Amino acid sequence: MLEIANLHARAGDADILKGIDLSVRAGEVHAIMGPNGSGKSTLANVLAGRPSVEITRGQVLFEGADLTAFSPEERARRGIFLAFQYPVEIPGVSNMYFIKAAVNAVRKHRGEEELDAIDFLALAREKLELVEMDEKLMNRAVNEGFSGGEKKRNEIFQMALLEPRLAILDETDSGLDIDALRTVADGINALRGPDRAMIVITHYQRLLEHIVPDYVHVLSDGRIATSGGKELALELERKGYGWLEVAPAADGGATG
Amino acid sequence: MAESNDATLESLTQQEYKYGFVTDIAEDRIPPGLNEGVVRLISGKKGEPEWLLEWRLKALRRFLELLEEQAAPTWAMVRYPQIDYQSIVYYAAPVQKQQLENLDEVDPELLRTYEKLGISLAEQKRLSGVAVDAVFDSVSVATTFKAELEKEGIIFCSFSEAVQKHPELVRKYLGSVVPYSDNFFATLNSAVFSDGSFAYIPKGVRCPMELSTYFRINAAGTGQFERTLIIADKGSYVSYLEGCTAPMRDENQLHAAVVELVALEDAEIKYSTIQNWYPGNKDGVGGIYNFVTKRGACRGARSKISWTQVETGSAITWKYPSCILQGDDSVGEFYSVAVTNNYQQADTGTKMIHIGKNTKSTIISKAISAGHGQNSYRGLVRIQAGAKGARNYSQCDSLLMGNRCGAHTFPYLEVKNATATVEHEATTSKIGEDQLFYCRQRGLSEEDAISMIVNGFCKQVLRELPMEFAVEAQNLLGLSLEGSVG
Repeated sequence: MLEIANLHARAGDADILKGIDLSVRAGEVHAIMGPNGSGKSTLANVLAGRPSVEITRGQVLFEGADLTAFSPEERARRGIFLAFQYPVEIPGVSNMYFIKAAVNAVRKHRGEEELDAIDFLALAREKLELVEMDEKLMNRAVNEGFSGGEKKRNEIFQMALLEPRLAILDETDSGLDIDALRTVADGINALRGPDRAMIVITHYQRLLEHIVPDYVHVLSDGRIATSGGKELALELERKGYGWLEVAPAADGGATG
Repeated sequence: MAESNDATLESLTQQEYKYGFVTDIAEDRIPPGLNEGVVRLISGKKGEPEWLLEWRLKALRRFLELLEEQAAPTWAMVRYPQIDYQSIVYYAAPVQKQQLENLDEVDPELLRTYEKLGISLAEQKRLSGVAVDAVFDSVSVATTFKAELEKEGIIFCSFSEAVQKHPELVRKYLGSVVPYSDNFFATLNSAVFSDGSFAYIPKGVRCPMELSTYFRINAAGTGQFERTLIIADKGSYVSYLEGCTAPMRDENQLHAAVVELVALEDAEIKYSTIQNWYPGNKDGVGGIYNFVTKRGACRGARSKISWTQVETGSAITWKYPSCILQGDDSVGEFYSVAVTNNYQQADTGTKMIHIGKNTKSTIISKAISAGHGQNSYRGLVRIQAGAKGARNYSQCDSLLMGNRCGAHTFPYLEVKNATATVEHEATTSKIGEDQLFYCRQRGLSEEDAISMIVNGFCKQVLRELPMEFAVEAQNLLGLSLEGSVG
């Protein structure tokens, strides 16, 4: 589904990604771990097409097509979903209106009929339960005045409605207490399926106790330092990230 | 799919000002220049009574003095070359029969013009809830639903007709809110105003439909100087809306209007404006100078005047719709959205003058700047010594798109009564890459995302507009800002 080869990217003047290779197939869940500043969020943003991140080298194929040729909205419509680490507030725009517009943009792209307000509400109610989100939040402005937990639930709620092919979860566990973490993780697990792939980005192992990945990759200084199964996450928890500093680069040249 | 998306985006961002066409119609126009002869000519064309001519001439003399003193206001945050008031044509009117008996007699070319602008003057085709007075250059060409309104005792007609048929009302109220000597542009208007709308709502009547005036500048080299006077008698209610457009021209055209509102005891006037004069091209060439004086007097106790404006057009906007809160417990409101894109400049706001006891005012101003646009909020809240228990709440928010535009806020507060409560809040934000990216990541196009964010920002104001026009205003906001984030 996703083939990343020798990906280099920079944000502003800083080279952040320095040669990423990653292959994700449908149905798989990949965890990306690593210390702060290792490039985890940049990788998420580059896949979603954030304009401020520039690809300097390498290739990203999504379902066989060159992903980098597509605008952010085109990627979203093709089924790439990014659950934001810091969901953005949009004052004056109701959450319901916003999400309905998003769902219909994606449906239109798929050649499906757009949902009217009544059908949308019925579908939304079903998905609200999944993340145990209060219906009242639908009538508030997008993320405005939401608590940290409410914002993250709202992200997963949107993911449930948009039914992406590839979901990228950027530090979805940050700022959540243990109960909220469990609810959000349950919601995510319910969305796992043979046709959907997920990339779960996290600093800590604790999210991976709830969302058990098929593969774990450890990012260090813009490269994948090491990869393994779910047990790698536990090992990291024990050893910390310090040992990565001395580990040799996994592959690729040091020059950008 | 990608291609069709790109094509849509392209066609959207390249969309030009939609109302920029010119109607080819024979016009009766007088030579350019400003002097006593011109004022007498305008007054004569309208068969005005002597007192009105005298009033105009007083205004003219005052204006010529002001010109001599070079007293054009310079305090606003707007820059433009000096205007040569002797080069403007002060009267241009489509040639048609003097007295129209009904709409069938209106020149079909004019009817087509308004059709093209989305304003049908054929009553059966109109939304039944809106009566329209159509002002074309210097004259009113048609007023719809007059007969229906007359049944309720409501007078809704062109200003010229009101002078003929209701001189006592015009004489009593003309200049009573905005005197001829009020300010530079109001003085000019008082000398040369050519037409406009007049409405009178009798005691206790709730006007059953929206009244509206659609202003159209067509002729080149002219200015438009219209005057609107609305009187809401005791216990009456009226909602009034004005819209405006003009052709695309490389020259700047002056629009100096005066609007006077009078609300007597327990009366309410809701006045909404969608201003979409030609804003000039993307390099700042051409466009309307919109220098307008609008003021309402809440004369009676418990009266209310509410201004709502959506200002997207004009090269320069200079206007401060204001309320004089004389009556005890009277209420003034000002809701404004002002957009400046490309090289547009706006200096707009309000004055709330609290005179009566327990008077209350609300100011909500939303300024959006894009391109090289400059947007200033300028507002005065004055609490007079006798205005015991007066209250004001002001909120001024600015939204910036890009790095070359500007937003400025100039609030003036004068409080002379210690029992008054005055609150002022102001914010400035940038339409963030973060917000845009978030929307686009959910599948929304950049244009839709901007439109959504901007409409959200303006929601407090847009919800004050009559339903029929709220949608128009939302679309207009989207169009005005197209291509402004790159």
